[in-house]
Amino acid sequence: MAKVPVQFTLNGAEKAEFIDSGTTLLHALRDKIGDTSPKGGCHQGTCGACTVIIDGELRLSCLTLAETCNGAAVTTTSGLSEGGVLHSLQRAFLDAFATQCGFCTPGMIMAAKVLLDHTPNPSREDVVEALSGNICRCTGYEPIIQAVLTAARSNSQNAV
Amino acid sequence: MAIRRGRGVAAINYPTGMNLGGDPTQALVHSTPTGNFMVTLSSVDLGQGMKQIMAQICAETIGVPTDRVVVDTADTDTGPHCMGTFASRGTHRAGNAVIQAAREARQVMLEVAAEELEVNASDLETDGEGNILVKGAPQRSISIFDVALSAHFKRGRSISGRGMFLIPRSYPEKETGAMKPSTCYAHACTVAEVEVDDETGEVTVLTVKNVFEIGRALNPKMVEQQLVGGSWMGISHALYETTEPYYPNRDHGGTDFNQYLMPGPGDLAQTEIIVLERPSADGPYGAKGPGEMCANPQIPAVANAVFDAVGVRIDTLPITPERILRALKAQAPN
Amino acid sequence: MELRKSYFADQRKDDLHEIGQPRPRSDSPGHVTGKTTYFADRNFPGMLHLKMVRSPHHHARIRSIDTSEAEKHPGVVKVLTAKDVPHNVYTILILIQIGPEDETVLADGKVRWKGEAVVAVLAETERAAQEAAAKVKVDYEVLPAVFDMEEALKPDAPIVNEYHGRNYYLYDSGECRKVRFGDVEAGFATADHVLEQTYQSSPIEHAPTETTGCIVAPEGNDRFTCYTNTQAMFFTLDNASIILQMPGNKLHFVGGTVGGGFGGKVDVIVEPIAILGAKLTGRPVCFVYSREEEMQISSPRAAEKVVIKDGVMNDGRIVARKVTGYTDAGAYSRHSPYGAQKGAGHYPGPYTIPNVWIDTYCVYTNRTPSSAMRGFGVTIGDFALEVQMDKLARLIGMDPLEFRFINAYRDGDMKAHRQPTEGAALIECMQEASRAANWPVAEKFMTMSSYAKGA
Repeated sequence: MAKVPVQFTLNGAEKAEFIDSGTTLLHALRDKIGDTSPKGGCHQGTCGACTVIIDGELRLSCLTLAETCNGAAVTTTSGLSEGGVLHSLQRAFLDAFATQCGFCTPGMIMAAKVLLDHTPNPSREDVVEALSGNICRCTGYEPIIQAVLTAARSNSQNAV
Repeated sequence: MAIRRGRGVAAINYPTGMNLGGDPTQALVHSTPTGNFMVTLSSVDLGQGMKQIMAQICAETIGVPTDRVVVDTADTDTGPHCMGTFASRGTHRAGNAVIQAAREARQVMLEVAAEELEVNASDLETDGEGNILVKGAPQRSISIFDVALSAHFKRGRSISGRGMFLIPRSYPEKETGAMKPSTCYAHACTVAEVEVDDETGEVTVLTVKNVFEIGRALNPKMVEQQLVGGSWMGISHALYETTEPYYPNRDHGGTDFNQYLMPGPGDLAQTEIIVLERPSADGPYGAKGPGEMCANPQIPAVANAVFDAVGVRIDTLPITPERILRALKAQAPN
Repeated sequence: MELRKSYFADQRKDDLHEIGQPRPRSDSPGHVTGKTTYFADRNFPGMLHLKMVRSPHHHARIRSIDTSEAEKHPGVVKVLTAKDVPHNVYTILILIQIGPEDETVLADGKVRWKGEAVVAVLAETERAAQEAAAKVKVDYEVLPAVFDMEEALKPDAPIVNEYHGRNYYLYDSGECRKVRFGDVEAGFATADHVLEQTYQSSPIEHAPTETTGCIVAPEGNDRFTCYTNTQAMFFTLDNASIILQMPGNKLHFVGGTVGGGFGGKVDVIVEPIAILGAKLTGRPVCFVYSREEEMQISSPRAAEKVVIKDGVMNDGRIVARKVTGYTDAGAYSRHSPYGAQKGAGHYPGPYTIPNVWIDTYCVYTNRTPSSAMRGFGVTIGDFALEVQMDKLARLIGMDPLEFRFINAYRDGDMKAHRQPTEGAALIECMQEASRAANWPVAEKFMTMSSYAKGA
């Protein structure tokens, strides 16, 4: 099968690969590029574990063809911490004990990041809405909601 | 047609560990040359926090801070046998094995320290912060760092221990059913408050107040994780979940998360958790298994609350709007 | 969460350093940075993907299997059928002497549930494996199926599983696990009221966010490393060793970081066939369930039917309880005979009742085999028991919480399975619930204790 070139930035770094046409971004990231932080929980767009950010927008990488990402800026959870310092969302998830098995966590953090990027001071309803595409089977969601609200508060305090 | 409120209660108990016992778990503990401790197991962490809890149990037993303990688990080339992670057995079975192994290692550690301090091992105690002190004379002390170095490079002692925990298997007596299913039980009582829309049959769980007795909360934040998540799952079981909605008919089974329903972050009941601790006689530091039982009492509590609200009994799970409406219709005079 | 330390303070020493402390979890930093390695976060060069051809019928005889077109499909490396599996008929609890072996790794001559694995296809890509699987031709003769437990227990019902020869598991105690305590009929005769009710559930899915799966890599030295999300390492290794007739020392299992289990990952399903594929091709093999397979193919929590008959006095005492429990095992045993008898040990619930009769049945039907799930053998029983308790209280005009205090077990009370109660705490949980929920009960119940009388 003829390979298709794709080129995009992943967490700020240039990536270029030849892939089979029809390869999802999830597979390209995990199997070709080696970023396994997006998880494959359903491969049908219903669990949110594969959530990434493409050009500032929330996307399900299992439903996104890699070849449509040419020139795009892709962000994943593995790229969030800078210089060994955790992102405020990562810190908040730790402090709130918002992870158990951890499989949904990278997708949750991506969904929360898009929310906070657009809505720095979200209401609880905003957080609920933002996380509603992500399935968690362990936590009962409440600690995750609290973590996102806490991260938002700490961001706005740091901004002052 | 109206929104009707009701509340219901349920109380339960739950056995810790594999039914009827016979489910062994082993652990090995050894120190590194600088006095860190390795716990080697083959137990599985499903996300409940097995590794962290085993580290805390080992640390408590040896007498060091938890961050001095590393847990290496679930590699069959290195870890000794564990029956597996199920039946609320992980903390109880593996925890006991870790305690036994850690005690043996601690004994060697104290013997080496005794030689260094020229006292009897029985006169020594740990301060929990990485030092070994002479009881009653804490100015005479040695760090565990130095004890481990001495054991390795000077005295040729292995600071290590083996642990094995097995509750002998019970075989039910054929005619009477006399048996010993478990050695300890966790307990719970839940009060649920619901609203039922008698026009749509939709149930909203407003609050759940859960009281759980779990022996001992070894790490209260991690216990809270399990209990909150379990309470959510119990409500989910009560109202939403099945792979065969018209059981025993095999049709209409869900194949994705759009069809297999669970409460989302917007559907949460206000959840209160209260924990009591009655230490179990054979639990590690008194712990029982909280992982499974925490999802049980919400189901009948919600079912009883639905009856309290609209006066119909739904004795078939899940308690769907369809079932409520059919029951209301059957109950209505003409 | 609140810890109420006032209860049982006399039985507890709170002088510990590490225990009882809310230490941060050592695994969470890996979770929030996406660095935690689950089994599927490994990539081996030349890895093959395994897909199953599954039965479209609930019950059918297999007349023939034609894999020739599938084998020719581009990218296909190997196609496996029953004859390739060294010990194809197995049951997992054989490790603790609970037989008979009653399930096939790959169907041999018959399928007994819709979704049963028939042929395994190994190919260079998932897509090639999927496409080739669609080209496998299986000629079925459809047989009558039975889905309802009551129907299955009738004498003329189609036999679901010939290895049992009857549609229920045969315990050493007979067709069910039994508990007999006191004289239940005499209890009913003296009761002011007798209430018999039936409760029912349907199968429930574990729905872990990570589906069941494994990756097997040949080590080049006749050993195979299996990266797996099983809940039980040696249990799976030892069963794989039996199924593959391969010494256990040839197998190396690595796991322990799992994206949720809830009991759904204690069956031994994906590992043996993936190891076999790796052995026969000499290449790494990945076998991971799709979400659809996780929902409809992996074992669910069993559907249960629970019939409870109680004799109760107007003063609130339950004097007799008879429970008949039916666990729908589906087509094969897996862990169900164990779960059904766990129910026998659990009834009549945390109450002291002088006359008890319990029968629990493990019933076979032509549906997805059920197995363990969080609360195995107890969850549905508790639903039935506690709804029944509510009905009994209302029947005699008593507050449902007070009614439970009257019957709650305490230290020293003899249980129906003839173990004295130890370490009871039901009463204290109810007292605290009464306070927390503002559900007042009479003072005498608030001053009760689980400790034995006079202790």
